[in-house]
Amino acid sequence: MKRIPLYLLIATLLTACASDPTTTQPSAQVEDRTQGQQPATPPSADTRPLVPPTAPSANPLQDPNNILSQRSVFYDLDSFDVKPEYKALVEAHGNYLATNPKAKVFLQGHADERGSREYNIALGQKRADGVRKILSLLGAKEEQVEAVSFGEEKPRADCHDESCWSQNRRTDFLYQGE
Amino acid sequence: MTSTRFAFLGFFLLSVAAFHARAALTIEITGGASLQIPVAIAPFAGEEAYRDKLSKIVMADLARSGLFKLIDTGGMVPPRMPADVKVAEWKAKGATALAMANVVPQAGGRIEVQFRLIDTVRPDIAQVVQLAGYSLPTNSAQLRLTAHQIADIIFEKLTGNPGAFASRIAYITKRGGTHELQVADSDGFNAQTVFSSREPIVSPAWSPDGTKLAYVAFDQKKPIIYVQTLATGKRQTISNFKGNNSAPAWSPDGRQLAIVLSRDSTAQIYTVNADGSGLKRLTQTTSIDTEPNWSPDGKYLLFTSDRGGSPQIYRMPSYGGEPVRLTFEGSYNVSPRYSPDGKSFVFIQRESGKFRVAVQDFISGQVQVLTDSSLDESPSWAPNGKMILYATAMLGRGVLAAVSSDGRVKQRLSTQAGDVREPAWGPLLKAKP
Repeated sequence: MKRIPLYLLIATLLTACASDPTTTQPSAQVEDRTQGQQPATPPSADTRPLVPPTAPSANPLQDPNNILSQRSVFYDLDSFDVKPEYKALVEAHGNYLATNPKAKVFLQGHADERGSREYNIALGQKRADGVRKILSLLGAKEEQVEAVSFGEEKPRADCHDESCWSQNRRTDFLYQGE
Repeated sequence: MTSTRFAFLGFFLLSVAAFHARAALTIEITGGASLQIPVAIAPFAGEEAYRDKLSKIVMADLARSGLFKLIDTGGMVPPRMPADVKVAEWKAKGATALAMANVVPQAGGRIEVQFRLIDTVRPDIAQVVQLAGYSLPTNSAQLRLTAHQIADIIFEKLTGNPGAFASRIAYITKRGGTHELQVADSDGFNAQTVFSSREPIVSPAWSPDGTKLAYVAFDQKKPIIYVQTLATGKRQTISNFKGNNSAPAWSPDGRQLAIVLSRDSTAQIYTVNADGSGLKRLTQTTSIDTEPNWSPDGKYLLFTSDRGGSPQIYRMPSYGGEPVRLTFEGSYNVSPRYSPDGKSFVFIQRESGKFRVAVQDFISGQVQVLTDSSLDESPSWAPNGKMILYATAMLGRGVLAAVSSDGRVKQRLSTQAGDVREPAWGPLLKAKP
């Protein structure tokens, strides 16, 4: 079977969706004024890379294109379970620690501002400890990982509703030397 | 609300403005008992020579409790001796009792406050009946404490319960990036900073004799338990194990602390001697076990655990052993604290997303929710068991509030800027003449 590049496949699917008569929006509702602002050359023709390629020796922990640069796992209310969408992130860190035995990471558990400050310290600890256990299953040594908690004391976002609380229920990865 | 209550409240708000100019915490009353005891506090003879006017401090204390109606003493001649008291006139003013005192300077800067509480209920009797009479030795630096002790005597004689005005409170303030552990008198005066840090401070706990505070500070980038002696400022690390060290609670005899460590797994409860030696693990679970609190007789610990799937309150013997679950309503019951008489406990209950102060009776199991706010935390009993101090939020700011144990009287204590949180009401103070 002939291999079709993934991006072409996605583009085809998107086009198929857009041309679906049931989802087509009524036309001419909004006047299109973008025409005159288009660059002379369409951007698709410009193949120059916008970001210089990363040097092969660069630290993968700092490489924004590497999953290891993602450092937070977020949680549901009252929960300390690592949700499926963060499994890949935790696994990448576990594999990194297993293959870099000198690397050391602090797992900092956090809770949102509601409820008991002491219970939130314990809850943040349980969140961080849950991540620690996964890292250890993946081969990280005990001395490479310390799980601590800041409870509700170090919120990432300061407002008092779910839009901030959901950002504050988290475990952060902080590597030694960072 | 009756019109007399209005008059009383108006008077109190004026008195707040007049007397609390130097208070670090401003106290505002937002309720009152249904039956208030009418009492007259005459200006104390000789008090005008000192900065701290004792009778005003006594009046502010009694008003703040919500249990007293202060009789206007205007137009009455302040009596100096019991024989001067015109009982019928004070009764006509509505007073059930009259407080009077002489402030007498002594040699060497000492001061003697001769205080009397006179019964003004019985008008037909020839002789004056004294309910209490004390000679209180003090000095100009201790006058506020003496006034609080007088308020405690009046409170006890007229309500039958001990007062708690001569006590101090500890709390944490956060202003900008600075966290401070502060101690103040129960009326918010004489606030002093005990410990200051750029990192968070939580869970202050008074030693039973009121000379030390245990607390948790994050200044080493993780929670560590310290004990600080207030008189000297000397700070000792009590617990710095791997992981978290938190939730210190003194045993009633002051010899031990129950603490929470995560060094062996999740948060678990341990005891240590007050010097940090003799660590002993009490709970053996993979669940959260935290917020230990000793019964007044030292035999039991209340604590919060999620071993049943949600945080609930349990009780176990203070040497360890099988816990008993105490709370069953709702999916979040935390921060238990024994009442001073050991008959009930206060805790925080979440219902419909709102966190409120509640009290549960040990024998009946009955729960009474005392507040109608939504972000209450850290409840702490007054040493007489009549009020509960707690942290809450108002307009996005952390404030302290107090509620009477029957839920009727409410006070709000706030600082001028920043947040105030984590209150802990200390034991009654002895005077140091």
